[in-house]
Amino acid sequence: MALILNEEQLMLKESAKGFLSENASIKEVREQRDSGSTTGYADTLWPKMVDMGWSAILVPEEFGGLDFGNVGMAQIVEETGRTLTASPLFSNAIVSVSLIKKMGSDDQKSNFLPKLASGQLMMTLAIDEEPHHNPEKIGMMATEEGDSYLLNGKKRFVIDGSTADKFIVVARTDQKSKGKDGLSLFFVDSDAIGVEVERTQMVDGRNSAFVVFKDVVVHRKQMLGQKNKGFKPLSSVLDLANIHLSAELLGICEETFDRTLQYLKQRKQFGSLIGSFQALQHRAAHWWSEIEICKSIVLKALQSYDQDDARSPFLASIAKAKLCEIAELSTNEAIQMHGGIGMTDEYEIGFFIKRARPAQMLFGDHNYHVNKFAASCGY
Amino acid sequence: MSNLQAFRDETRDWLESNCPDSMRKPMTSADDACWGGRNWVFKSDDQKVWLERMAEKGWTAPDWPAEYGGGGLSKEEAKILREELKNIKARSPLDSFGIWMIGPAILKFGSEELKRQHLPPIIRGEIRWCQGYSEPNAGSDLAGLQSKAEDMGDHFLANGQKVWTSYGDKADWMFCLLRTDPDAKKQLGISLVLFDMKTPGVSVKPIKLISGSSPFCETFLDNVRVEKDQVVGDVNQGWTVAKYLLTHERAMIGDMGLASAGSKTLGMIASEKLGLTNGLLSDLVLRNEIAKWEIDAMSFSCTAERVRDESKAGQGVGATSAMLKYYGTELNKRRFETLMRVGGSDDLVWEGPMSRDGQVAKTWLRTKGNSIEGGTSEVQLNIIAKNILGLG
Ligand SMILES: Cc1cc2nc3c(=O)[nH]c(=O)nc-3n(C[C@H](O)[C@H](O)[C@H](O)COP(=O)(O)OP(=O)(O)OC[C@H]3O[C@@H](n4cnc5c(N)ncnc54)[C@H](O)[C@@H]3O)c2cc1C
Repeated sequence: MALILNEEQLMLKESAKGFLSENASIKEVREQRDSGSTTGYADTLWPKMVDMGWSAILVPEEFGGLDFGNVGMAQIVEETGRTLTASPLFSNAIVSVSLIKKMGSDDQKSNFLPKLASGQLMMTLAIDEEPHHNPEKIGMMATEEGDSYLLNGKKRFVIDGSTADKFIVVARTDQKSKGKDGLSLFFVDSDAIGVEVERTQMVDGRNSAFVVFKDVVVHRKQMLGQKNKGFKPLSSVLDLANIHLSAELLGICEETFDRTLQYLKQRKQFGSLIGSFQALQHRAAHWWSEIEICKSIVLKALQSYDQDDARSPFLASIAKAKLCEIAELSTNEAIQMHGGIGMTDEYEIGFFIKRARPAQMLFGDHNYHVNKFAASCGY
Repeated sequence: MSNLQAFRDETRDWLESNCPDSMRKPMTSADDACWGGRNWVFKSDDQKVWLERMAEKGWTAPDWPAEYGGGGLSKEEAKILREELKNIKARSPLDSFGIWMIGPAILKFGSEELKRQHLPPIIRGEIRWCQGYSEPNAGSDLAGLQSKAEDMGDHFLANGQKVWTSYGDKADWMFCLLRTDPDAKKQLGISLVLFDMKTPGVSVKPIKLISGSSPFCETFLDNVRVEKDQVVGDVNQGWTVAKYLLTHERAMIGDMGLASAGSKTLGMIASEKLGLTNGLLSDLVLRNEIAKWEIDAMSFSCTAERVRDESKAGQGVGATSAMLKYYGTELNKRRFETLMRVGGSDDLVWEGPMSRDGQVAKTWLRTKGNSIEGGTSEVQLNIIAKNILGLG
């Protein structure tokens, strides 16, 4: 398979570009942040994204979706990295849809997927318990009681957690298990008795939530996937989520680069354009080269995921590790090459670093994925 | 079944029955490579057979036209052949400046006679070429070259000195940049000419490298007769040809970043050398370094693939050879720094069986030249900044 986008994927990318520049520029990001709203994204934007069909892209046709694949979806995600658009697209239409597609019973699929496709239901994954992602170190317990489970524990960094109707919660159903064993997933209503949601506004102006579960009763029909066997399918969806985060980071890299290149061609010092200084030229050329490298690995990881290639977990970690590294380079170089104006809130370039870091951290940062990659290579 | 699938099946079958077993093992050192030429002594019968069989099909130059002895393959077919060769870990049947550099230039700019004269022996590995570009005072600033060719009516007379001529002492012919118009401005008065290294007046003197070997030479031109029909492209238009050729050279050198493909990975080498503790490489700092390198190497090899696929599909920015050259060579240098750390003091042994006569150390030192030859890394960054990013 050629490592390029096909006709339809290119078209989707173009239409996403057009839509976002019209409806979701960084101006909107700023307005949203300064409005005092607590949703973390513009309420009016999501219905429009649903109208565009974006919430249905990964949903199979039999459940009211478009089944267009991850390569296509990631073109939109990459563009939202360029415009820093906040929306529930990632938590809902990518992570939740993919989990249910992969793990759900027939009932769960026909119950939830159409509602996710039409944007009516808000759902998100609640997995992390500590400041660093580690799906093998889940402490949250689900104790069996008759035909229900009792959930106890805490989750943090739950993306869009304060606006979600339902959580998909990862918990231990085997009390004695450790690591990858004994994990199960549950649907839990956010207004269930014993669930306490605390909104935390993040450095990017978006929401994540700190959620406490205290003796929350969940019927066993609300279990997603098989008991004690949650890790493997979960891990595969985390891989996918990381590939999409890499696509978003790629958009951030490209946009910070393009804007900085413009600036190098317009700002003058010492009577010359600063882009004529070789010290900056070489850094820009190196930076551009790294972004070219990033484009290739993101596309490779996406294609391999859509093809069910056995190497996709491995490629997902390569992509996320690489993109975290270059997003850091990009957002730092962008500020440095803008000088003082790059430090101001009024100028937009500084917004990118604030979105990049949470996206890097979510579901494992550079170090996490370098380690995961090495482990998967057997050393 | 599609035509391409049929081609893949045929290719696989053909390779299966024609690639000798010993040619499917990773090279143990640079000495295992086959360069061909008049004076070539084959390292083994298998090496000879492998070259002959591949050359017979034109697959030493897969995408050159069949009328000159090339494979005549489409880009898709050439990609399939590359993949199938990689699958069986086949060695390159022929390493050749003819195929990588002067051949493509002759194909694009040369006269019909030049094509018929030079391409078939290149494909068959019968004539080995060297590159006479650099001079003592013209390196990065190549267009500042001073060696000249005077028009003597029915021929040119060449005088001057070239330096860093790789394999100048082993090559049969040279492609050489010479000043044919001393009055024209820098780039405008240069021609690319071809001559036999046996021509009277050509002499070479090997230069020893930090890696211990002497793969390149100083080349002296003292009243050397160059035939008029041996100019590639028009007289005084050599700079255009030279630049075109350099993009091919860069692509080839950049591919060295991929050299690890097929052989043992850094992770495997380090695991054998240092062992694992609780499933992790015993040196955790080194483990981190190796993983980061492998992540970059994998991303780079995807980029080489994407650039090829884009150019096939008519997408992309082109002019990426400077990026591939820059990134690939820096990557290869990093690989060997890490390898040396993995080897520890063992790999610092210069002679004797412990280090196979400093095998790794010598290669490590040789990689330092990767970011110099074919245009330095700094020059590649200049090219990217100016030609791609439009920074003046
Ligand atoms: C292993 C090896 C094999 C070679 N084989 C051949 C061959 O077969 N045929 C052949 O013709 N040549 C060959 N060369 C020569 C090679 O092309 C030159 O060495 C190279 O172009 C650099 O020229 P130089 O050595 O004169 O260095 P210089 O040009 O003097 O460069 C010195 C330093 O200055 C930097 N520099 C120079 N100009 C600039 C600038 N404008 N901006 C920023 N930095 C700059 C360079 O990057 C470098 O770091 C070979 C070289 C090596 C190392």
